[in-house]
Amino acid sequence: MDRSKQNFSKRDYSAQPKANYPDYRSTILRHQGHKLVALPQTLADTKGPVFGHMDLGANDDDLIINYASSGKSAIGERILVTGKLLDETGAPVPNALIEVWQANGGGRYRHKNDGYLAPLDPNFGGCGRCLTDREGNYVFRTIKPGAYPWPNGGNDWRPAHIHFSIFGQGFAQRLITQMYFEGDPHIQICPIVQSIGDARAVNQLVARLDMAQSVPMDLIAYRFDLILRGPNSTVFENKTGGH
Amino acid sequence: MDSLDRRRTQPAQTNAEAPLRETASQTAGPYVHIGCLPNAADVRGIYSNDLTVNRILPNAPITISGKVFEGDNIICKDVMLEFWHADETGCYDNGIWHRSITNSTSGLFSINTQMPGKTKTGEGKWLAPFVSVWITARGINLGLLTRIYFPDHESVLHEDPHMNLIPESRRLTLMAKLVNGGYYFDIHLQGPNETVFFDV
Ligand SMILES: [Fe+2]
Repeated sequence: MDRSKQNFSKRDYSAQPKANYPDYRSTILRHQGHKLVALPQTLADTKGPVFGHMDLGANDDDLIINYASSGKSAIGERILVTGKLLDETGAPVPNALIEVWQANGGGRYRHKNDGYLAPLDPNFGGCGRCLTDREGNYVFRTIKPGAYPWPNGGNDWRPAHIHFSIFGQGFAQRLITQMYFEGDPHIQICPIVQSIGDARAVNQLVARLDMAQSVPMDLIAYRFDLILRGPNSTVFENKTGGH
Repeated sequence: MDSLDRRRTQPAQTNAEAPLRETASQTAGPYVHIGCLPNAADVRGIYSNDLTVNRILPNAPITISGKVFEGDNIICKDVMLEFWHADETGCYDNGIWHRSITNSTSGLFSINTQMPGKTKTGEGKWLAPFVSVWITARGINLGLLTRIYFPDHESVLHEDPHMNLIPESRRLTLMAKLVNGGYYFDIHLQGPNETVFFDV
């Protein structure tokens, strides 16, 4: 269904992190003093860039080998991450571009500003992308990233995580988030995670071990479903017009 | 209890919580470039080109550049910005999208695009041309949406139906300046000149 002519339901801020969360020190100078100004949606919000037609490279969805020398692969626990991209009504979001990036198995990013002691892995770049299929399914292969320390004024360690960037069907659905791993004790003590005040919303960021999709002698699978804002099912008075 | 054998092949339950709510945002962090513009971040060879919408821009090319400031007027050098606007006829079917980062030395972002056309509200009222901008970075927990308006349409400050929803004293924060033939637009995350950010 083409949802581009519908409005999205109001964002549920109870499921979202606070902009000002001083335990995450970087928010102190980067949060807003004013409230957001509410605007009615137009096509600027209900339409968005779409990439479903894109020809992805053959290894874009395989971080284990997409930066590796021929015949080599990245060091770390080999994992498969898979899930569904749905909207809040449970409808799949097809042909959506998902971009991911992460630290290597030792917790080090291939970025000039990351000087962590853990070494770079010459066979790991740390970025990949995939498209959802018609049922909203996505899948990529990677290695499990390591936890890493970060400068936040104390004994701060990020839980192992994969960054996700998701394009829905409208710009109002644009989302960047992070996926965590079931059972990681760092989740409960990470200021970035805990800037989300809602335990259920945090729980929704935690991927589950999926034995059914694990590949014996090869890959451990994690399931991580993603939810984007859904169409407004009740109010159509602000129906978008235009071209 | 299921047998051990069954548990070793068990499908995962969904991590999604019913009733479904939008997945919580998390900061893009300081290394967003690796994932979103890897070639610009010197992670070369994975994608032949950083993500872009392949579209030849017709007439009326414009440049938009600027800086992003956090509190205490400190220039942010780790921000990713996305720009989304209508084509020259005001149509979003072939809307134009760009991604840029603030330069790690100067803090400047810059895009080459074209002047968007006028669009309409759902009630059919005209909206002055604008560019939607979505901003993510370390310290920004939920992406921020703002708009760039153009000084060529100065009546926008008083006659535009969306501008009229913004307190008058803050409207100028959305107006680009024309400098040396290009548009210049600074974004202030907080402070006395805090840019207007939207909830749509
Ligand atoms: Fe990270």
